[in-house]
Amino acid sequence: MKTNKIFISGDEAVAQGVKLSRPHVVAAYPITPQTITVERLSEMVEAGEMDAEYMHVESEHSAISATMGASAVGARTFTASSSQGLLYMAEGLHYCSGGRWPVVMMNANRSVALPWSIYGDQRDSLSLLDSGWIQVYVEDAQEALDMIIQAYKIAEHKDVLTPMMVNLDGFILTHTYELVEIPDQEMVDQFLPPFETPNKMSFENPKNLGFSSRPDDNTEFKYQQNEAMFNAIDVIRKTDEDFTEMFGRKYHGMVEEYMCEDADVVLVALGSVCGTVRVVVDKLRAEGKKVGLLKIRYMRPFPVEEVKDLAKRVKAMGVIDKDISFGYEGTVYTNVNSAISQIDKYVYKSNFVGGLGGRDITKAEIEDMYNKLYAGLENKSEETVEFFSLNVEGND
Amino acid sequence: MTKVLDIPKVNAKNMTEKEFFYGHKACAGCGGSIAVRLALKVLGERTYSALPAGCMSAVGFIYPQMAFNSNAIITTFPGSASMAAGIAAGAKALGQKDFKTVVFAGDGGTADIGFQALSGMIDRNDDVLYICYDNEAYMNTGIQKSGLTPYGTKTTTTPAGKNIPGTITHKKNLFEIIAAHDIAYAATASIGYPQDFINKVNKAKHVKGATFIHVYASCPTGWGTPTETSVEIAKDAVDAGLIFLAEYEDGEYKLNRNPKEFKSVEEYLKKQGRFKHMSDADIQCVIENRDKKWERMRKNWL
Repeated sequence: MKTNKIFISGDEAVAQGVKLSRPHVVAAYPITPQTITVERLSEMVEAGEMDAEYMHVESEHSAISATMGASAVGARTFTASSSQGLLYMAEGLHYCSGGRWPVVMMNANRSVALPWSIYGDQRDSLSLLDSGWIQVYVEDAQEALDMIIQAYKIAEHKDVLTPMMVNLDGFILTHTYELVEIPDQEMVDQFLPPFETPNKMSFENPKNLGFSSRPDDNTEFKYQQNEAMFNAIDVIRKTDEDFTEMFGRKYHGMVEEYMCEDADVVLVALGSVCGTVRVVVDKLRAEGKKVGLLKIRYMRPFPVEEVKDLAKRVKAMGVIDKDISFGYEGTVYTNVNSAISQIDKYVYKSNFVGGLGGRDITKAEIEDMYNKLYAGLENKSEETVEFFSLNVEGND
Repeated sequence: MTKVLDIPKVNAKNMTEKEFFYGHKACAGCGGSIAVRLALKVLGERTYSALPAGCMSAVGFIYPQMAFNSNAIITTFPGSASMAAGIAAGAKALGQKDFKTVVFAGDGGTADIGFQALSGMIDRNDDVLYICYDNEAYMNTGIQKSGLTPYGTKTTTTPAGKNIPGTITHKKNLFEIIAAHDIAYAATASIGYPQDFINKVNKAKHVKGATFIHVYASCPTGWGTPTETSVEIAKDAVDAGLIFLAEYEDGEYKLNRNPKEFKSVEEYLKKQGRFKHMSDADIQCVIENRDKKWERMRKNWL
């Protein structure tokens, strides 16, 4: 296979993935730390490397609105945002999934004001889990590029027709440079055929879309939307397998298990922190501890079967949340916990909330999490939820 | 821009018999639906219509009964201009030719919540005709004040009482705000002067890029007028000088109708339930505001 590796940031990797996917319309509004992506896309359009309409929209609300409009006539579309911008899009996110328009977006995970912070955590996208978008979280720039290509294939699948958000951690991934392999355009074209949908307005077959429904029908529309999201699970797995076959890289579908085969104690995480957890797992494994990592790739649809399957095999599970649902616990934990509760077995569970507003999650902190999981298991404790490494008196 | 002379005329005699907005659930005498119906007849089959939340979308798209015979979509309330822009961009990118994308949005959807997206659409010069049907309040939600509700109007959020005489602000100067973008073509119209409206839609149809028409459209339900007088009252508003017919083209304003004498403002107001409470002083305020505006228009636009 031809290899073409270049040294680029996560944002630039996304732009490369978008270019390879040949969208007809790109509409985006700049926001740190997404900006580099839209700058690169503008340059690609200017240079004639990318044959797309680039719309300089005046807000994120218009970005999602314009991409929906383009998708409603059968065009392939891309948008990108982050944090406040994603929240400003929130109305459109629900609208887009309800309209079954397979828009693909990149979200640079960033904290949400107040207080203002341009740095990373995952509160922006996790607070929009219920907006009906497929959500994938990537670990590095290569995965970001590859997932943009996969995203179109998944979102546009006839049994799915649901928009998809590719999430990468702000700065940690968006602004960090890596050696990234750029897939061959011809192979991408083969992998990702042009977008075809029956759900569009055309002059051959005029349609009224975006309509109202009465109480008699609304539940059925929402049921279908939910079924489409479940359909996505098989499509995600198959797409990843096809991708591996064509491009050689493997992401393991809904989740990736790392050193979980004989593990007693595992941490569950999303996104870039998984890289650090892997290093800690290697260290503890060398010390003889049976630890592992469950990297959740998809938060929607949620990998219920995968989480249950792992829970049956391990003794303790900790969940790292770079978010908090105020008054309760981390959102990833709530979701993981709900799956674990479906099996009839005691698993010690703990939720570690932290890394908010860009604070690093260190190897020492992760090692401490594993130690706490061992301790909790030994004491047969009830589940615990804690903000880790808190500088003030917390709920320890 | 296509020269006006080259554009084939559309009038009641040669206008298509085909209906594109039909079987909807609008109130009897709805002015907005007249504007939509006429505009779509002028624009023809190869049209994408985008309508935000509002009367025309509420009455036209109740699944499974769709009232548009050509392509149409409901947009988010603030996002009609941007969704229409996306439609135009998507269709262009797919290689489609000879089509028009049109927005039909109410006064609130245009001058208030949809204004940012509209401004962006004009700034980008997206190939969209944006038609604002102005019935001077949020009628779909039950008559609440918008940025285009005129002075004195009683609405459900500007009740007229002892302390406040209804709406205490004048209409936003929407047409000039739009023109200030240096848009290729903008116009005002009224369903009381249908041929003038038809001509303006026809002109906008042949302009490539962003265009805008602000059409005055009566609402018997919200105005407290008999359903059979909708066209007449929309004409009265123009004849009383409260609504003006104008165009902005090639950087120049043009006043299409400059009557020597205005018909009575008081008579126009007193025909409508929404103005019935108005005092003589309030009516005087409306007249003074009208005169000031006309003085400026006559000075600068003639």
